[in-house]
Amino acid sequence: MTAPALGRRALAALVLPPLAARAEGDGWAGTLSRARGRTVAWHAWGGDERTNTFIAWVGQQVAARHGITLRHVRLRDTAEAVQRVLAEVSAGRREGGAVDMIWLNGPNFLALKQAGLLRRFADRLPNFALVDTVGKPATVTDFTVPVEGYAAPWRMARLVFIAEGRRVPDPPRDMPALLSWAGRNRGRFTHPHVRNFLGATFLKQALFELAPDRSVLARPADAAFDAAVAPLWSWYDALRPLLWRQGRVFPESGPAMRNLLNDGEIDIMLSFNPGEATASVTAGLLPASVRSFVPAIGSIGNASFVAIPLNASAPEAAEAVANFLLSPEAQARAEDPRHLGAPTVLDLSRLSPAERALFEAWPRGPEALAPDALGPALPEPHPSWMTRLTEAWERRVAA
Amino acid sequence: MSGLLLDALSVSVGGRRLFAPLSLHVPRGEVATLMGPSGCGKSSLLAAICGTLDPALSAAGRVSLDGRPLDGLPPERRRIGILFQDDLLFPHLSVGANLAFGLPPGLKRAERRARVEAALRDAELPGFAERDPATLSGGQRARVALMRALLAEPRALLLDEPFGRLDAPLRARFRAFVLGHAAARGLPVLLVTHDPAEAAGRVVRLAPEAEADAAC
Amino acid sequence: MGTPRRRLSAALPALAAAGAIALPVLGGLVGTLLPAFGVLPAIGAEAPSLEQWRRLFAEPGIGRAALLSLSTGLAATALSLLSVALFCAAAHGSRGFARVQALALPVLATPHAALAIGLLFLIAPSGLLLRLLSPWATGFDLPPDIATVNDGLGLALLLGLVVKETPYLLLMTLAALNQVPAAQLLAVATSLGQPRPVAWLKAVFPLVYRQIRLPVFAVLAYSVGTVDVALILGPSAPPTLAPLLLRWATSPDLSLLLPASAGALLLLGVALAAAGVWIAGERAAATVGRAWAAGGRGIGAAAIRAGAALLPLSLLLAYCALAAVALWSVAGPWRFPDALPERLQGGTWAAQAPALAGPAVNSLVVALVATGIALVLAVAALEARARHGPAALPWLLRLSALPLLLPQAGFLLGLQAALLALGLEGGVAAVALAHLVFVMPYVLLSLSDAYAALDPRLPRVAACLGASPARVFLAVKLPLLLRPLLVAAAVGIAVSIAQYLPTLLAGGGRLATLTTEAVTLAAGGDRRVLGVVAVAQAAIPLLAFAAALLLPAAVWRRRAGLRA
Repeated sequence: MTAPALGRRALAALVLPPLAARAEGDGWAGTLSRARGRTVAWHAWGGDERTNTFIAWVGQQVAARHGITLRHVRLRDTAEAVQRVLAEVSAGRREGGAVDMIWLNGPNFLALKQAGLLRRFADRLPNFALVDTVGKPATVTDFTVPVEGYAAPWRMARLVFIAEGRRVPDPPRDMPALLSWAGRNRGRFTHPHVRNFLGATFLKQALFELAPDRSVLARPADAAFDAAVAPLWSWYDALRPLLWRQGRVFPESGPAMRNLLNDGEIDIMLSFNPGEATASVTAGLLPASVRSFVPAIGSIGNASFVAIPLNASAPEAAEAVANFLLSPEAQARAEDPRHLGAPTVLDLSRLSPAERALFEAWPRGPEALAPDALGPALPEPHPSWMTRLTEAWERRVAA
Repeated sequence: MSGLLLDALSVSVGGRRLFAPLSLHVPRGEVATLMGPSGCGKSSLLAAICGTLDPALSAAGRVSLDGRPLDGLPPERRRIGILFQDDLLFPHLSVGANLAFGLPPGLKRAERRARVEAALRDAELPGFAERDPATLSGGQRARVALMRALLAEPRALLLDEPFGRLDAPLRARFRAFVLGHAAARGLPVLLVTHDPAEAAGRVVRLAPEAEADAAC
Repeated sequence: MGTPRRRLSAALPALAAAGAIALPVLGGLVGTLLPAFGVLPAIGAEAPSLEQWRRLFAEPGIGRAALLSLSTGLAATALSLLSVALFCAAAHGSRGFARVQALALPVLATPHAALAIGLLFLIAPSGLLLRLLSPWATGFDLPPDIATVNDGLGLALLLGLVVKETPYLLLMTLAALNQVPAAQLLAVATSLGQPRPVAWLKAVFPLVYRQIRLPVFAVLAYSVGTVDVALILGPSAPPTLAPLLLRWATSPDLSLLLPASAGALLLLGVALAAAGVWIAGERAAATVGRAWAAGGRGIGAAAIRAGAALLPLSLLLAYCALAAVALWSVAGPWRFPDALPERLQGGTWAAQAPALAGPAVNSLVVALVATGIALVLAVAALEARARHGPAALPWLLRLSALPLLLPQAGFLLGLQAALLALGLEGGVAAVALAHLVFVMPYVLLSLSDAYAALDPRLPRVAACLGASPARVFLAVKLPLLLRPLLVAAAVGIAVSIAQYLPTLLAGGGRLATLTTEAVTLAAGGDRRVLGVVAVAQAAIPLLAFAAALLLPAAVWRRRAGLRA
């Protein structure tokens, strides 16, 4: 950490005394001293190898900086960790729980927040002062739900499409165009299973484009649900038979979809990561001929969070990890497409020039979106929409 | 009373006696032969004397050795040596280690080696200590088995058809070898066989239990 | 003999071994039964109810899922048995027979997940098989849009099960062949003018089948209830029953534990139904078989010889699958339809080594703990039998088959609830305990044969030479049993390494092993990484078996009597 950065951080602590005061009596230094020597079990979806590698790097860093052992518990589905916390608490385990930190958002965050099982910590992390809460409102409002410090953002996500450029020179930029493209290219497009967040996001993107009245999406899905999704389902019913495997089978996740594109089984894939194309081409997971694009109307964006259950065994150590995730070093590495390619949650203008320099000069090939081509971020609907869309989709597909 | 004394010894399986209760005294240095067709419980009788009867069988009657009752003693404390038709050398041990297996504990290393070497000389197998038993001939293995039993310093020797596997010329030589060594040590010997030509000393016929006739 | 204390000491080891198997199974069944009828105090459900059954049957595709479990289970068992029977009929006694037998062992040792991943790499539309044939033979420049894996009918799942279970049934059949007078029966039947393969099926197979009935039912229960193979190769919309339950059991909505338990009971019912169908099939086959045996001679010899190719073919597929994972683990960029990667690289192994060290250690520790406990308990039970008589052993052996005859999810869901209630779940100990349930039976079966084969006169001779029971055990029995003990340990390790569901449930999803990593990554991870994990997973049991076979040979290289 550079000296000017330290100085500015000290200044931030002075400017924000209420936040600092709310911490334990001895402040952040006390948190770090209680964190030393502890092990943090970070429950995080393990389906993406680059994220796994990034988490392993975080583990090395917090071990060196804070004497914390980070254990990545690789989940198939984030809900597994949520269930574990709920199960422990209902079995009476109010402390010493197995889960110290969860990577989550949306319905999983809402479930734990509503149950009152999350620790409020994010707004007292020293590095939280660097977060761009204004320009990136998703860092404080997750799927319309106010975060209120019960989770700390650590990476931004934006839905992007990646096409095999040689076969899709002129990609479809809206849902009707996608449908007609799929009609001309049967079996060459699919989306992840809707149980997977990326599959659900694809449906939400289509819902946003097709819903007669978008304003209902910000409220819990109630009686308005059926009317709002009717155009979506008629569009989807036309699309589904044109999908890969006639829409009877779906890839499990984004990385599974990436394998399909790399193998040439499909021509267009989805990602929640604008840096995906560059990162995957660099890693040899996609051919150099892929090109990124986004719908003309913009695409769904959200933030990924880490939350700390109330019954975590090492909450202070988890806070230290969350704070490190918000550090310019970690954020710069996350945004570097050679590592993760996930946009930062920070406001770069609040960084020192030296820190800002960490974020510049990524190699960007023709596969990537130009920085100004990402378009507007569309807001996530209320989590209940995702839950109900998933249920409704499963009924339709199984029928 | 010195020697091996069996008093109304019988073996039964599932409540059925294999043979009529047997009483027999074999004084020190003498030989008695138990005759009877195979399958009528001769081996079980020897196992009952050794204390190694299969748990599925049960013994009744008394056994004593040199006046010491053996009933209830575990086999390792009875000091009865036994030789079978097969030599039953431990295949994982060398000839020397087989011989040393039964030596009394507490002997010095040099003393153990000396006794093994002496036994090998007695068996006309000098220098065989390091050999793998599987590389020995049948007659050599039989002699090692006897020496192994004798090195354990038994007070009595049981022979369960020990000559059956050897061919005729070897059989007579080995029989003389065994009985000679036993006599030299003054051991009571109980020999079990179905071959009258092998018998020695007093011959006792194992009487089948009346209702067990058909089986015996 | 006969005093109560001795009877107790005789039965104690067998009781301990039985408890290690029975308590988790029975506890698990109770822990499944109560929530299935609405009772799960941990989540506030205290009044019995049938609501969860309505929820279960309202699940879209539940009927199809149950039917898929039933059909793939039955078909996998039937096909495995058929390929073994036809192969043995045609090849028993030939020189190739022994060679195939030796080739089957490594496949048996390979964990289900690694093999399923290999098959995925092999038969997927973009898999190795089509890469080898494209484009010159197929004309495909792009992989065809055909569901050769994860297909709705579960055919890929069926193939995966057959490839994995056939070697098991083959080796069980070979063991059974030693217990029936096969050669005499065959001689009599061929002398009556029957061609050899026909004679084998008519005269030998019925006797062999009686001996391998238990393993056949174990294959049936496993196939009906498989989770990892189904997650990797099986259909997804809907999946088979067991993966569907797992989804509920790991859902954030705890109330779904109730329908999950109801579903576990349904799965037990499906397994029972499968067993019923199988028994009916046995009867029908016996009737038809008797008529065939009594009828004309010679019919079918050619068909049997043709069908005998099934088993070598399935072994070939297994080896190709292993080659595929090995190749991907060192592959550089590799696009369809290239038959080989652009270049080979060790980078994936180097990059994954730090991340995989933890799961590999967990896998090993769990396997060694479970196997170690199983060995101690099994040896104690078998020693007690050798010293005190049969005591409790026969029913222990029967009981030990219980967990193998139930679909795993049927009682593991409840076991997880029970462990959670006891505060035990989540650690190495809990996972090793859950593994022990499956390791124990195989270790016990494997060792009891070896104990039976040990010449009982050797320990008796040792005792007469003055050796105490402890010395007899340590200086005579253990060395003589070195090879079977090591083989039993290798069997235990192989069984433990292969466990997915017990690891996931007893470990509360927190204990990462190579197996959980492999299954997690199989859902679309980087194939090169998946290849590394699968190779590492398969390597442990394979190395254990290699050690079990080579170590005694090295230790006993100067003991001709033990080399056989």
